[in-house]
Amino acid sequence: MPVNIDAVGRSYGPHEPYEVTRIKIREFADAVDARSFAHRSEEAARAEGYGDVVAPTTFAVLIAQQAEFHVVVDPEVGVDFSRVVHADERFTHHRPIVAGDLITATVHIDAIKQRAGISMVTTRTELSDEDGAPVSTVISTLAVREEA
Amino acid sequence: MSSENGPAFAGLEVGQVVAEREVAVSRDALVRYAGASGDFNPIHYNDAFAESVGLPGVIAHGMLTMGVAASVVEEWAGPGNVWDLQTRFTRPVPVPALGDATVTFTATVGALDADARTARVNVTVEHDGAKVLGKAQAVVACA
Repeated sequence: MPVNIDAVGRSYGPHEPYEVTRIKIREFADAVDARSFAHRSEEAARAEGYGDVVAPTTFAVLIAQQAEFHVVVDPEVGVDFSRVVHADERFTHHRPIVAGDLITATVHIDAIKQRAGISMVTTRTELSDEDGAPVSTVISTLAVREEA
Repeated sequence: MSSENGPAFAGLEVGQVVAEREVAVSRDALVRYAGASGDFNPIHYNDAFAESVGLPGVIAHGMLTMGVAASVVEEWAGPGNVWDLQTRFTRPVPVPALGDATVTFTATVGALDADARTARVNVTVEHDGAKVLGKAQAVVACA
């Protein structure tokens, strides 16, 4: 079954907030070879002007992909996850993410384009903090190969 | 959106290489990234599964490659100063069960905005002589 183009405009969330922790920031920094002590030490982060340990640039993907999962599993959208390839990704940060943040995510299906047996599904996930202030916008496109 | 802890805007020139790194990507790195990111797609650790969906074998997470590209830029820019980062995933990086795959990262100043005090940095990411990321661009807030 192909991806349903009528799903454009749907949105999901916000769901339960994601709590950003120092240990997760450190673990993520280790995984992406981000070497600054500001990802590991509160003191180093404060010296850089942040309130607490600061997340690496792409840390937001961790929160965004949890939100995007709601799109992938929605039977009315019809994405076959075993046929998915990640096509593109973009982060626009309104402020850096730091430990202690409680982040909520709302994901929107912005576009679905179909050509030559491939559906390109573009989602936009808006991350905001406890006060409702914007933190990051994450735009992601999945290429879904339709069954031959 | 200038940044006090960012790199100095003055003196930057288009074409200037600001950071470089060569990374040996092993299966260990993929498992570590899977755990850290929560992306447990088996194409990133299970050869039989990867082949069953038409891949040559296990490939690196595109987001791992993008994440390291961000880290390379960040090493120059300072933490928290990459305000925008985008890329297309143009070619997979196959990672052997033993040994590793070498990926090289080169970050070059692509454009300067004196009013905003930002630098656009283009990141060239190559494996096996071919680019694996397309239009990998970061916007860095400078001091």
